[in-house]
Amino acid sequence: MRRTSRRPDAPPRAALARLLAVPALLTGLAAAVAVAAEASHEVEGRRSGWLYNSPETQALQDDEFINPGMFAVERGRTLWSTPEGSAGKSCASCHEEGSMRGVAARYPVYDEKRGGLVDLTTRVNLMRTELMGAPALGYEAADMLAMTAYLGRESLGMPMQVAVDGPARPFFEEGRAFYFARRGQLNLSCAQCHDDLAGRKLRGDTISQGQINGFPIYRLLWRAMGSRHRMFEWCNTSLRAEPYPAGSREYLSLELYVAWRGRGLPIETPAVRR
Amino acid sequence: MRRGRAAVAGLALAALAAGGGAGAAELAPLTAQPGDPARGRDVVRDLTKATCLICHALPIPEEPNPGNIGPNLAGVGARFSAGELRARVVDATTINPNTVMPPYFRTEGLNRVLARWRGQTIYSAQEVEDVVAYLGTLRQP
Ligand code: HEC
Ligand code: HEC
Repeated sequence: MRRTSRRPDAPPRAALARLLAVPALLTGLAAAVAVAAEASHEVEGRRSGWLYNSPETQALQDDEFINPGMFAVERGRTLWSTPEGSAGKSCASCHEEGSMRGVAARYPVYDEKRGGLVDLTTRVNLMRTELMGAPALGYEAADMLAMTAYLGRESLGMPMQVAVDGPARPFFEEGRAFYFARRGQLNLSCAQCHDDLAGRKLRGDTISQGQINGFPIYRLLWRAMGSRHRMFEWCNTSLRAEPYPAGSREYLSLELYVAWRGRGLPIETPAVRR
Repeated sequence: MRRGRAAVAGLALAALAAGGGAGAAELAPLTAQPGDPARGRDVVRDLTKATCLICHALPIPEEPNPGNIGPNLAGVGARFSAGELRARVVDATTINPNTVMPPYFRTEGLNRVLARWRGQTIYSAQEVEDVVAYLGTLRQP
């Protein structure tokens, strides 16, 4: 089964299935299950949050039929080809099906025009405001999370691989400095928990390496999907530190560093976490 | 009124100078009123005050699910003097600069503290005394 089943490199929806109007969820399943079994959650000591979750939570993520994040993915798939805004365009008007494969694995990226980092959320909003004549969406807006979950899913199983050299370098260094700086009334850095204490118990919670290969995630504690930046906010606030706004330069730089830190880990969006 | 960090740090430094090695750091009581161990037992469990149970096991039967980041505190009262316990609760970085243990009675030198907590210590001076008194009762390993 592992050897013979195809990786989902092929277009996600086979023509026959489209004719028969079989939901994409079903057609992608066989291949996706194979990936879940094959894709490693650990690469050279870098470990996905999946490994720190209970078997129940792992099973919830692995089964597409019960993974609560799949609702967002399906909604995103619909939005992808739904025209919105004054230009009367949808994403599918400009992008071929399957062309988004690999994109989520290499974001955030340095953007010449903006002279700074752009994450998936910002990219989607640039498409909306500059090309579609549609309003920007908030970081945690349901339709935004649906879009980023769909885009993440398109890179399922692909290794996270961000560019940190050239013009991205200063942002990368900034993100690294952020990651190692103590903050908040509890006076802790990201590194103290996620580098040094991964696997230990922080009261009821097992601390993971804080990897971001599964975002946006469905977090049981939130009973909702959340972005990478929402997670940063959550950790900062838990330390009683003033968070930065989602989309801020600080969090984009932090995201770049944390993505590099998890380089090679396969994308597993939508992850389910405690 | 809470005591300033400067006064506390001064005391800690004096203790260091007197006591020699860093592990010997001791702090004099922060208040005139002696600590109350029963109140201290409530304070260490208080979820709104970065409970010690996030990281330490304590011999409290109602708390079966502590973290395992710091050492088990059973018997800690036999291992340390009140002054040593106080120094650790007030600001454990004076003993181990890299510690993950939060400073419970310090406001200075912290980075981006949430507005809601800025300028405030996690414990009041009296709460530190109560907690130290409680830790002193933990003599069984
Ligand atoms: C006091 C310890 C602590 C600190 C400091 C901390 N975190 Fe976390 N973090 C946690 C806990 C607990 C969780 C939830 C369990 C888990 O997934 O690790 C978590 C979860 C995460 C996750 C989700 C991981 C996943 O697989 O879903 C990310 C990403 C993360 N943290 C990043 C950060 C960053 C970046 C910082 C610094 C700004 C930080 N954390 C600081 C304790 C901490
Ligand atoms: C975020 C983690 C964390 C929290 C919260 C925490 N501690 Fe600690 N504590 C540690 C660690 C780790 C050590 C080990 C020494 C070190 O690394 O500084 C320690 C050491 C100690 C020691 C010395 C014990 C020994 O046997 O050497 C005492 C006493 C202590 N803590 C008391 C407390 C009390 C009381 C509280 C709550 C008021 C508390 N701690 C909260 C992490 C924590």
